[in-house]
Amino acid sequence: MSTVLEVNNLTISFGGLRAVDDFNVKIKEGELYGLIGPNGAGKTTVFNLLTGVYKPDEGKIFLEGENITGKSTVEINKAGIARTFQNIRLFKNLSVLDNVKAGLHNSFTYSTITGILRLPKYFNIEKEMTEKAMDLLKVFDLDNEASYLASNLPYGKQRKLEIARALATDPKLLLLDEPAAGMNPNETQELMDTITILKNDFKKTILLIEHDMKLVSGICEELTVLNFGSVLCQGRTSDVLNDPEVIKAYLGDD
Amino acid sequence: MRFISYLINGISLGSVYAIIALGYTMVYGIAKMLNFAHGDIIMVGSYVIFCLMSGAGVSPLVSVLISIVACTALGITVEAIAYRPLRGAASSLAVLITAIGVSYFLQNMALLIFGANTKQFSSVIKMDPIILADGKITITGETIVTIVCCLIIMIVLLTFINKTKAGQAMLAVSEDQGAARLMGINVNGTISLTFAIGSGLAAIAGMLLCSSYPSLTPYTGSMPGIKAFVAAVFGGIGSIPGAFIGGIILGIIEILSKAYISSQLSDAIVFMVLIIVLLVKPTGLLGKMIQEKV
Amino acid sequence: MKKIRINKSLKDNLITFGLVTVAFIAVEILKMTGHISSLMKGLLVPVCIYIICAIALNLCVGILGELSLGHAGFMCIGAFSGAFFSKCVQDIITFAPLRFTLAIIIGAVFASIFGFLIGIPVLRLKGDYLAIVTLAFGEIIKNVINVLYVGLDDNGFHFSLKDVVSLKLLPEGKVIINGAQGITGTPNDSSFEVGFVLIIITLIIVLNLIHSRDGRAIMSIRDNTIAAESIGINITKYKLMAFTISAGLAGVAGVLYAHNLSSLMAQPKNFGYNMSITILLFVVLGGIGNIRGSVISAVLLTLLPELLRGLSDYRMLIYAIVLIVLMLFNWSPKILDLRKKYSIKNLISKSKMKEAE
Repeated sequence: MSTVLEVNNLTISFGGLRAVDDFNVKIKEGELYGLIGPNGAGKTTVFNLLTGVYKPDEGKIFLEGENITGKSTVEINKAGIARTFQNIRLFKNLSVLDNVKAGLHNSFTYSTITGILRLPKYFNIEKEMTEKAMDLLKVFDLDNEASYLASNLPYGKQRKLEIARALATDPKLLLLDEPAAGMNPNETQELMDTITILKNDFKKTILLIEHDMKLVSGICEELTVLNFGSVLCQGRTSDVLNDPEVIKAYLGDD
Repeated sequence: MRFISYLINGISLGSVYAIIALGYTMVYGIAKMLNFAHGDIIMVGSYVIFCLMSGAGVSPLVSVLISIVACTALGITVEAIAYRPLRGAASSLAVLITAIGVSYFLQNMALLIFGANTKQFSSVIKMDPIILADGKITITGETIVTIVCCLIIMIVLLTFINKTKAGQAMLAVSEDQGAARLMGINVNGTISLTFAIGSGLAAIAGMLLCSSYPSLTPYTGSMPGIKAFVAAVFGGIGSIPGAFIGGIILGIIEILSKAYISSQLSDAIVFMVLIIVLLVKPTGLLGKMIQEKV
Repeated sequence: MKKIRINKSLKDNLITFGLVTVAFIAVEILKMTGHISSLMKGLLVPVCIYIICAIALNLCVGILGELSLGHAGFMCIGAFSGAFFSKCVQDIITFAPLRFTLAIIIGAVFASIFGFLIGIPVLRLKGDYLAIVTLAFGEIIKNVINVLYVGLDDNGFHFSLKDVVSLKLLPEGKVIINGAQGITGTPNDSSFEVGFVLIIITLIIVLNLIHSRDGRAIMSIRDNTIAAESIGINITKYKLMAFTISAGLAGVAGVLYAHNLSSLMAQPKNFGYNMSITILLFVVLGGIGNIRGSVISAVLLTLLPELLRGLSDYRMLIYAIVLIVLMLFNWSPKILDLRKKYSIKNLISKSKMKEAE
């Protein structure tokens, strides 16, 4: 299997504090990779570095062998990385359907003039977009809410819609930032099933940040544990979770 | 020689801008909103002085004091009625539009009461001019009082903020409203106090402005208000010394461009300064950067 | 499901177009039967101007989500470039509809160019800063036009920022833009009918834009810039697009304005920031982001005070109060909670629950 993401020596400091220090990771195609660690360990900062929100001080990021270090968020998305956010960021005043169609923005194109004059191409492509978006919504069981405003969805569904929107950009690598945060056990179980579908049916490579250990041990194949910005442990999920250093970092020294 | 007298005029006008800018910058720093109506409070204050002096024959000093009290009360009232209910609102656009509404309200209220005609404001300051260099430079009493007032206000304000409990509370609220509340600081009270001080300063600014430029209309406050905001941005919004420096520089730029380039284009030049500053250094001379967390 | 949605937006647009057309026909009938006062007649073109401006500004404020206080400046550019063109070709193109069409295109293009150029720096700023800088640009435009002198003679165009004399015109040359006196003798090409056509065109452009791929991108930026970037939407491009189109449409309104008066001057009352605020008022009262609302409020707020003459002194004061109250009603967290608690829906479901018990 080929490598989708390769990160070498990624480092960034904020005013003297090394938020991420010498971070390395290799994710293979089709893999479901977990990034865990205590609060403030620098997990979301890693996501922000991967998606170009922050520019790294040192280190290189390769997506399928292509160097994407220092590129803008938009370019990185076009190159093939999509993400969700820890604090949900939906287009609140757009419909559920339009949220996903916004994700299809670069896959289906027509010119501004076509849109304003409503040439036949406008209707054809809009129809295709709607169909594609509805297909995606069906996967997430959101098709019945397609015409709702995104802000009117219940919390769990908002999280799912965010994943659907990211998936709409057809990424090579999907980054999920605490997808189960704030969900009840039932919702978490449903989410685990959905993520499995993404992996098995959509053949997506996924990197996810999560605190819910049940979810992590249940679906992740490999793990990296971050602590104070640096890698504490890396490897197969079962090995990592039994590592004494990891247990110490999570439960304290006592 | 002429240049020096222009420079002095510039510093004088700049001092007025600085006093107005202090109000802007404090409110912006602490309540995180652009109080668009700040300029119109200047106008209200000037009308109060005008009415008391020309209408009722009250002495200048008493008129000014009453005007300060009136403006302070107005500032607190406006904050309580129009701005406080919007604290924590999802849209910052809503707050700005409300402030524009308040500005519009004050202007049209003045228009209804006093009419659109220009009122001749008689100077509050009775002081002989100083004549230097054999009559080549004349410094008017207004100029001297304006500059001295500005310096005193600046020093008092800095002392107040750094040395008193209420001032420290202001700093805390400007850093983080939520954390300040948890520390037992009365956030609403602190913001009210900020508006009170800012509006009181606006009354003083109005008195100084109209003493030097004695025509008073319902729109008197809006242009100086906007220019003072430019000054506050120039100096770095939220910074008190910044507002002072920004105001002085802006006043000098305005007077010099009036004198040497074109009197009609001086406003355009002032606004050009704002645009350049925001593009080159959006945080202004002494401001600090705030970034949105992802 | 999806069919219903598309039909809904189509229906919505049809209602807007229908409303405008019906109003137009009604006014035309009144005009023909002579049931319209000369005062009202004089207001017809201004109403069209306000409607176009309000739609244009709503594109910027409601759809793009950026508050511009400089749209009067774009109107000013449109007005002067359009009138300038008409003055220059007055003797060459005598067929008024053609001349006016060209003038409108020129006004729109010039205002768009300025919108684009101003947008590049301005759209990097956020919120309050953006508002104040657009205001500044609007004032700069007005100030510069007030000192601009342009003349035309056999040697071509002459420009000056000082006075007419420094134009050094040949004796038979004519002054086109005369500083603070502006442009006089612009052909009177504006009419209510032209205004109606322009409103329809404006509506087509804006409504179709909103419901297209580009419109979706613009609104996604408004709702969440960081998320929009994360799905590959080019923020600068779409912000500029919306701002430029909005400026161009304000320019169209300006051309209409210029050709409705015989003398055109850039004064605080027509192109100052108070005008920008008046237009903002239409947008806010009609509902931010609601295009049909902008049209209706522009009509009502222009005509009502003239119909209720007694109120005209209090008009602006009432507007200001309504503006503040509306903002508090729609955005204050406390009032929103109260509205939720006492909303009709909630009360009904509560009474039902009581019945069930």
